[in-house]
Amino acid sequence: MKRDFEYLVPETVEEACRLLSQWGEDAKVIAGGQSLLLFLKQGLISPGCLIDLKTSVSKELGYITADDQMLRIGALVTHREVENSSLVKKEMPILVEMEREVADVQIRNWGTIGGNLCQADPAGDPAPVLIALKAILKIKGPERERTVSIEDFFVDLYETVLHFDEVLTEIQVPKLPPRSGVAYQRLSFMRGERPTICTAVSVTLEPTDLVCSDVRIGIGAVGLTPFRAKRAEGGVKGNEINEALIKEVADIAAEEVEPSEDIHVSKEYKREMVKVLVRRAFQNALERAVRG
Amino acid sequence: MRKVVKLKVNGVEDEKAVKPGTTLAEFLRYELGLTGTKIGCDQGACGACTVLIDGKAIKSCSVLALQANGKEVVTIEGLAEEGKLHPLQEAWLDHGAYQCGFCTSGMILTAKALLDENPDPSEEEIKEGIRGNLCRCTGYVKIIEAIRSVAERRKAGQKEGH
Repeated sequence: MKRDFEYLVPETVEEACRLLSQWGEDAKVIAGGQSLLLFLKQGLISPGCLIDLKTSVSKELGYITADDQMLRIGALVTHREVENSSLVKKEMPILVEMEREVADVQIRNWGTIGGNLCQADPAGDPAPVLIALKAILKIKGPERERTVSIEDFFVDLYETVLHFDEVLTEIQVPKLPPRSGVAYQRLSFMRGERPTICTAVSVTLEPTDLVCSDVRIGIGAVGLTPFRAKRAEGGVKGNEINEALIKEVADIAAEEVEPSEDIHVSKEYKREMVKVLVRRAFQNALERAVRG
Repeated sequence: MRKVVKLKVNGVEDEKAVKPGTTLAEFLRYELGLTGTKIGCDQGACGACTVLIDGKAIKSCSVLALQANGKEVVTIEGLAEEGKLHPLQEAWLDHGAYQCGFCTSGMILTAKALLDENPDPSEEEIKEGIRGNLCRCTGYVKIIEAIRSVAERRKAGQKEGH
């Protein structure tokens, strides 16, 4: 593990961007560092400089707020703060449900939701749920601010659209229309382990029947990046949701994913499990949508 | 390239210059000699290195010492008061929850944070609370009983107090 490097603690996002421009690719941002330190220890990265956002910038990006339109979560909010937030519980309880699955209490106490997304580990819990929720990410660079929808944020394994001088500042989660339901399903070898497969489904129904007005499916841990199952979503809108339709959707999702093998399971197994977990998440989301 | 880290450990202010790559666990053990904090996996999985930062349980192998700058850290050495063991430490003895002892420091500190937040946890909540701490003697039953007993005793104590 590389132990000798520059260590800088900017006070603001603006200062952080300035430092990142100065240092270029040789700098790495550290938020909670729950994944970054592993990479450092294993020699997968050896930065010339770490730019610590947690120590001071978390004051600027440590908020959770809500208005009529959306829930806004500052990128440096810890997993535990999301989990314990009464506002999140009221506005978007699925995020509380999801956070309880992340690693363990200690890691959730220190790790941040923004750090988790920027690490771009395909097996993260938040990404598929945020895909199902149509989350938008706010990104700040030295010159300008921009937004990216979460499904476009991930480029490759551990790689995002962030430029070297940009910082993720906010996660925006639009409020759901009435008669919406969201559910998250994950499979892992042990509670607290990284998911082998995880899926999230969000469904909105027409006002009076079981006809679908909107659906979104996020899948994690399957390929190189978190994945939105667009083809599977395709045939759902405008149709009445029943068991046969749900099965069809799950089958299409299993076809369209591009699974990569890992040390525990084969590609074939992953496809089968996508089928099972999309079906379960969809059924669960539907039940919740009906209940309102 | 050393940087100064200044923090309060078990109530005592400390200041040392460290290489930025030093983890808090290494800082506690090798700079301050507080070897009660154990390094097991050094990968954030086993929980043996758990300490409290500003009252919250965290894995000190997964935090840089510099990130704890200005914070208050409690290690296992800081639990006993005036030579009297903390109730959790007593309960560990009473229930034989120590076993080989390697997970004990982290397990007790995780339990302390759990009870501070939720004074009367169910067995399920205790299991959830300590899921980041591995005991390779596989003796979780005694550990869970020990934590429960402290909650029970406190509850009984409060009732007597009324």
